Amino acid sequence: MIADLVVIGGSAGSLKVVLEVLPKLNEHLQVTIVIVFHRKAAPNSEMLTDLLDAKSPLAVKEAEDKEKILPGQIYIAPAGYHLFLERDYSFSLDSSEKINFSRPSIDLTFITAADVFNSRMIGILLSGANSDGVKGLQTIRDKGGFSIAQEPVTAEVSYMPAKAISQNAVDLIASPSEIATIINGCTPSHNL
Amino acid sequence: MDSQTISDEDVEVLLLDLHSKHGYDFLDYSRASMKRRLNRLVVMDKFPSFAEMRYRLINDEFYLRRFIEEITVNVTEMFRDPEFFKYLRLNIIPTLGTYPFIRIWIAGCASGEEAYSIAILLKEANLLEKSIIYATDLNPRVLERAKSGIFPMKYIKQYSENYLASGGYEDFSSYYSAKYDVVIFNESLRRKIVFSTHNLVSDSSFNSFQLILCRNVLIYFNTHLQSRVFDLMDRSLDNLGYLALGTKETLRFAGISAKYKQVDPKAKIWRKHDS
Repeated sequence: MIADLVVIGGSAGSLKVVLEVLPKLNEHLQVTIVIVFHRKAAPNSEMLTDLLDAKSPLAVKEAEDKEKILPGQIYIAPAGYHLFLERDYSFSLDSSEKINFSRPSIDLTFITAADVFNSRMIGILLSGANSDGVKGLQTIRDKGGFSIAQEPVTAEVSYMPAKAISQNAVDLIASPSEIATIINGCTPSHNL
Repeated sequence: MDSQTISDEDVEVLLLDLHSKHGYDFLDYSRASMKRRLNRLVVMDKFPSFAEMRYRLINDEFYLRRFIEEITVNVTEMFRDPEFFKYLRLNIIPTLGTYPFIRIWIAGCASGEEAYSIAILLKEANLLEKSIIYATDLNPRVLERAKSGIFPMKYIKQYSENYLASGGYEDFSSYYSAKYDVVIFNESLRRKIVFSTHNLVSDSSFNSFQLILCRNVLIYFNTHLQSRVFDLMDRSLDNLGYLALGTKETLRFAGISAKYKQVDPKAKIWRKHDS
């Protein structure tokens, strides 16, 4: 599949899935991966990034304000901020109201990503007990991107992916190992 | 955020209108955040189309005030990031105490929660009487709220938890009186804070300070505007003064960074060392 960006959103039970997917990724991937987890702002939030980085053949870092978005890099949304993608292929942070009781909100990252990458992207919604991300997945699909929900029976908390499926926001339902295969099959559009 | 009535092109049109008709310059604001807030406002105020919003904005001075309030982010809380306030309390405030008179600027204060938090820190260090806190924002409407010192009761539980986590040891409720569903902060705190409009984009330096707080403001600006604001901060800061930024903001890439030293790798506070 041609894609320059994969955005992944997850809430309760999603860290386990990401920890299963990351080690399976091809180290030469040219796609950018952005992951939004619902989590509490904690003083040592770099622990999560370090954990993921240790498990991943691709470099993992927390996205910084105004940082350029690079291929082959995995970015994690910082706790306590919404993460937006800008038209000049940079990130910006935002500390406005919580959306769906969440900051970062998966919806907001997905929607701003779809604004920039349109059909050149994949959105993936994982396990969770919240409906954040459903609208974002729908937007990605509406703009021609490819949308995936984690197969609810494989999710620790099936509410979030099941909701996306019931809202007709999903092109494909996939297990964690299928998700890894799809990401590994991404080739860049050379449109950046 | 829901519908996307406002397109990227519409955002540019509105920002140009605001600048040419009303003198508000948002042209160097980050676009994704601005677009989201415009789309949110279209829904909230039930505009049938972009054109109607644009018309209202050009022709209705009263609506302009609401518009400015809603497209800027005014989310704040007392003792937000308690670790930051703990650091101020233990390491910065005592140094400020050595000055005969303390001037602090809170740039982008929104509804003033941070200004009251700083006033409480100063009071507990017995420094409030020789201090003055300038708290500024471009938004006249939020400043009115800030000036009143009145905050919704529903946030107070969170604020007092933050206060305790930041090393506060007094009874937090001694700083306000409660009335129905609001609290009003004590006059003794309020009278040391000067609330005033100031636009970081277009207004210049108006005093010199020993401590400037500008937290979670720069993230809404592009890098060009960020660097202009850093210059403004630098012009407004005494030598050996402190500049405090938000948890995810940094001075590292700023033009002025050469004469600033981060006081602690974990704290977003830099000290000016003019040669």
